[in-house]
Amino acid sequence: MVYLTRKIEFAASHLYHNPALSAEENRRIFGKCNNPHGHGHNYALEVTIAGEPDPVTGMVLDLKDLKEILEREIMQRMDHRFLNYEVAELKGKIPTCENVARVIWDLLEPKIPQGRLYRVRLYESADLFADCFRNGTGGAS
Amino acid sequence: MARRLNVELGRRYRFAASHRLHSAQLSEEENQRIYGKCANPYGHGHNYTVEVRFSGSVDPGTGMVANLADLDAFVNERVIEPFDHRSLQDEVPVFRDVVPTTENLCKEIFERLKSFPQAKLEAVRIEETSNNSFEYAGD
Repeated sequence: MVYLTRKIEFAASHLYHNPALSAEENRRIFGKCNNPHGHGHNYALEVTIAGEPDPVTGMVLDLKDLKEILEREIMQRMDHRFLNYEVAELKGKIPTCENVARVIWDLLEPKIPQGRLYRVRLYESADLFADCFRNGTGGAS
Repeated sequence: MARRLNVELGRRYRFAASHRLHSAQLSEEENQRIYGKCANPYGHGHNYTVEVRFSGSVDPGTGMVANLADLDAFVNERVIEPFDHRSLQDEVPVFRDVVPTTENLCKEIFERLKSFPQAKLEAVRIEETSNNSFEYAGD
């Protein structure tokens, strides 16, 4: 098995607010992430595909294809957007790193034509990230 | 593809500390041969980066595996405060008898963080320099 990783970056804004909680609870749980006008990050997304290299091309998956999928599914949807209001898949969800990574997994998994999606790692900043992977495939870097 | 999707939260922390790699069970010659300049008597320092990964279910109310403010406070109290700007073998009791290699540091930090109540500690990865990193995921 060989693992291929491609990285993209996008900039987006978000805020954390759960309408089922009081203003005080929102403030206590989410802190400054609850500020009503939102704030933004430069997100870095690493997408890892697992597979056997094709004997003819030597590729797990053509990087051009992966680049195009990431452009269509992620960049066009999330880059320079307000995640709470402009990304339909996040409607009703708190756009934490965990939830955004999960939405990205669900968007990408059915679109990978060769190999299989192995891991999605989404960095909200250099010091905070979320990993998604299927049970038993391991999250080790 | 019926397998469950796992989500892990990763967070990086930094501290600066000095250490000396030297084993009392070895002769001076052996220490010098094995550890080289890392055995120099007054020690030396690194800027350590500690990366921790926690798994758990994503709380539907908060969207979080663990509350970051709580995690930061926990890691600060158990690792950053006692390690930052310290001499590991002189000021962290466990390293009086255990050589403070970064392998052993990973294991010690894993022990200190595995009781975090909100999520399960999966791994501790430490970058000793930008070229060397070590990871421990429990036994």
